[in-house]
Amino acid sequence: MATEYAFPDSAAKAASASQEFQTEKMSLAMGPSHPSTHGVLRLSLELDGEIVTSCDPVLGYLHRGDEKIAENMTYNQFVPYTDRLDYLAPLANNVAYAIAVEKLAKLEVPARCQAIRVICSELARISAHLLGLGAYGIDIGAWTVFLYSFEEREKLYKLFEELTGARFTTSYTRIGGVSRDVPEGWLGRVDAFCEQFLPILEETLALLTRNKIFQDRTAGVGIISKEDAIAYGLTGPNARGSGITVDLRKDKPYSGYEQYEFDVPVGAKGDCYDRYLCRGEEMRQSVRIVRQAIKKFPSGAWYAEDAKKIFAPQKAKVLSSMEELINNFMIVTEGPQMPAGEVYFEAEVPKGLLGFFIVSKGGGVPYRMKIRSPSFCNLSILPKVCKGNLVSDVVSILGSLDFVMGECDR
Amino acid sequence: MFDFYFNLPLIVRLVVQAGAVILVLFPIAAACSMAERKISAWIQGRPGPNRTVPPFLAWVPVFVPFLQRLGVFQLAADGGKFVFKQDPVPGHVNKVYFILAPIIAMIPALSTIVVVPFGAYVDSAGKLVPIVLANLDIGLLAVFAVSSLGVYSVILAGWASNSKYSFLGGVRASAQLVSYELAMTLSVLPVFLWVNAPGGQGTLSLFDVVQLQSGVGLHWNSVWFIGYFPVSAFIFLVALFAETNRAPFDMPESESELVGGFHTEYGAFKWSLFFVAEYCHMVVGSGVFILLFLGGWNPLPGLPLTALVDLLHGVIPFATHPLFMGLLGIGIFIGKVILSIFFFMWVRWTLPRFRYDQVMDLGWTKLLPLSIANLVIYTLGIAGLALLQK
Repeated sequence: MATEYAFPDSAAKAASASQEFQTEKMSLAMGPSHPSTHGVLRLSLELDGEIVTSCDPVLGYLHRGDEKIAENMTYNQFVPYTDRLDYLAPLANNVAYAIAVEKLAKLEVPARCQAIRVICSELARISAHLLGLGAYGIDIGAWTVFLYSFEEREKLYKLFEELTGARFTTSYTRIGGVSRDVPEGWLGRVDAFCEQFLPILEETLALLTRNKIFQDRTAGVGIISKEDAIAYGLTGPNARGSGITVDLRKDKPYSGYEQYEFDVPVGAKGDCYDRYLCRGEEMRQSVRIVRQAIKKFPSGAWYAEDAKKIFAPQKAKVLSSMEELINNFMIVTEGPQMPAGEVYFEAEVPKGLLGFFIVSKGGGVPYRMKIRSPSFCNLSILPKVCKGNLVSDVVSILGSLDFVMGECDR
Repeated sequence: MFDFYFNLPLIVRLVVQAGAVILVLFPIAAACSMAERKISAWIQGRPGPNRTVPPFLAWVPVFVPFLQRLGVFQLAADGGKFVFKQDPVPGHVNKVYFILAPIIAMIPALSTIVVVPFGAYVDSAGKLVPIVLANLDIGLLAVFAVSSLGVYSVILAGWASNSKYSFLGGVRASAQLVSYELAMTLSVLPVFLWVNAPGGQGTLSLFDVVQLQSGVGLHWNSVWFIGYFPVSAFIFLVALFAETNRAPFDMPESESELVGGFHTEYGAFKWSLFFVAEYCHMVVGSGVFILLFLGGWNPLPGLPLTALVDLLHGVIPFATHPLFMGLLGIGIFIGKVILSIFFFMWVRWTLPRFRYDQVMDLGWTKLLPLSIANLVIYTLGIAGLALLQK
């Protein structure tokens, strides 16, 4: 059998070519419970010494049938399930899902609601990238980065809790709006967070960026070429690390992203180090967006007031007016009323493009829903990129792809 | 008043001393695990273990809460847990070697301390006597010879576990430990060339190395050897990290890749033996580093222990008493060891981990040539000095 992988040095190459040194290959099951497979991914590795000769990802350990579940509940009832897709950035998923359903209803939410959603998405992006950074630190062996980043995530969770009532599974959006307006003074606290976050981010990144060991571990490892990235459908920081300027916030602005100024960082080589740098820069850009959104935070309604059959009326009105009471009852029991039709919407969530394809036959329950999860597509390149690397490199490649199995397996 | 001790038969004295040393070394190694958790906590901006307190002590006011916040009781609880929890032997392992491996890990870790002097006192004849279990002339050679046996435990654990992750860890360990031993041994040769310079006494004893760093005031011998042999000290330190399996060289364990490597299949007391052995290696390794390069039990360059005791004699009348001087020397030595262990931990919680091939690359293509060049240069230099003196 012809060997297709690269040998680290000529001696190993010669040893492999000669008949005397033919060695056995070893299969190694990495995962589903392995500290570096970030959840329940399983890699079926075939090793020649420590060199990976083939890598076969085995998915599905966290499959819950979210798409089928969606067919059996109203649109609003599915919001909590979106929390559990990419459970590191539930707010971003909530927003993407809500906008997808609103697109089906051809509903435009007011500017204030859009701004709230933008702030939520970007804070979620910071939180998700912080975790990605911290977990990557652990994979490479730098534990302290993990705890530094988790301290910041803790502050974000406090903000999320204040906004949504939950730290982790936020379930914040509703079709046609959000579950509640921003609390008094919350924007100021977000601004204060951004203010103190940037120096801490620099300090945390400084532990890795110019670190020789970290560079040795990541630079030139797991190179994904531009062509491959496109061919395998990579999105998000993984595609941008390979030098592709794809960012739906710029390319197909939604939720008012066109009003904000921010840069899209792209990598030059497409190795693990570039993907790491991209995530670091995206956090800075997210802070920029949040600050702009706070600065020109619009007043007015925070939900689509005219969409009477979609967004449930306020509680005070429900208790005092007959029409609102009936309306509330209908939306809660039968779901937000959608026209028949098909719609596909994708949003830029921290991991890449999260897409929802919804087929509606009218009424409050989707006929079919398909979720395009970025982690699933990003992982598809693993067999190609892991081949010929060392076992340790598999860990740094996995970490740099920054996937979440909840979203991948759905 | 301690004269009766010296009248005991030698064998009894040696057993007592050995017991005392193990009784000191073992808790220090165990306390290192506590320090590791506490220091990592301080580095990472969290409180660390600070809750455990035995209920029957909780009523004591100031002192016990202080110990509690320091996490001392957590240490005791952890140690107790290791002794009492179930100690399973998985069905798929080779039982004999599986049980043998942690024992072999402990033996070199504890026995290297035999030739490490950790203090000195002036006896009644006015002669400086080292406090050491066995002041062998082959001193450092014995340390290297015995501590290199430690690699067998790791290989054995990796093989006997009959698990692929352990196997990879064992293979990595064998390659890594053997490679760095070379650089480490070569790095200390210049020191002994200097100690045994033409006209010197011909010894590998660590006590004699310290004696040559014990000059008073401005003197050739006042400089600690880290000043004379900075490259040697650097290579020795790096190799020490590799030899003790500490991050950034913790290839055999590499938690995030091999899930613990050679000790994946171990648990309870057997695992804790590996754990303590690692810290023992660290303690002894830093001890040797301090003796070789940082002046041993001498408090400051140019101020050796004897001079300090003479100074203190004016203030404390019993300062020249052998017991006081011995304890002072041991205290200074242990203080330096603790600082050095802090350095080990500081590095571990700051730096990422190397990749296996990078470790080998560093060992064979960087450190080894560097130590050879270092050796050649110092050999020429010392020979030149000797010629000049003639």
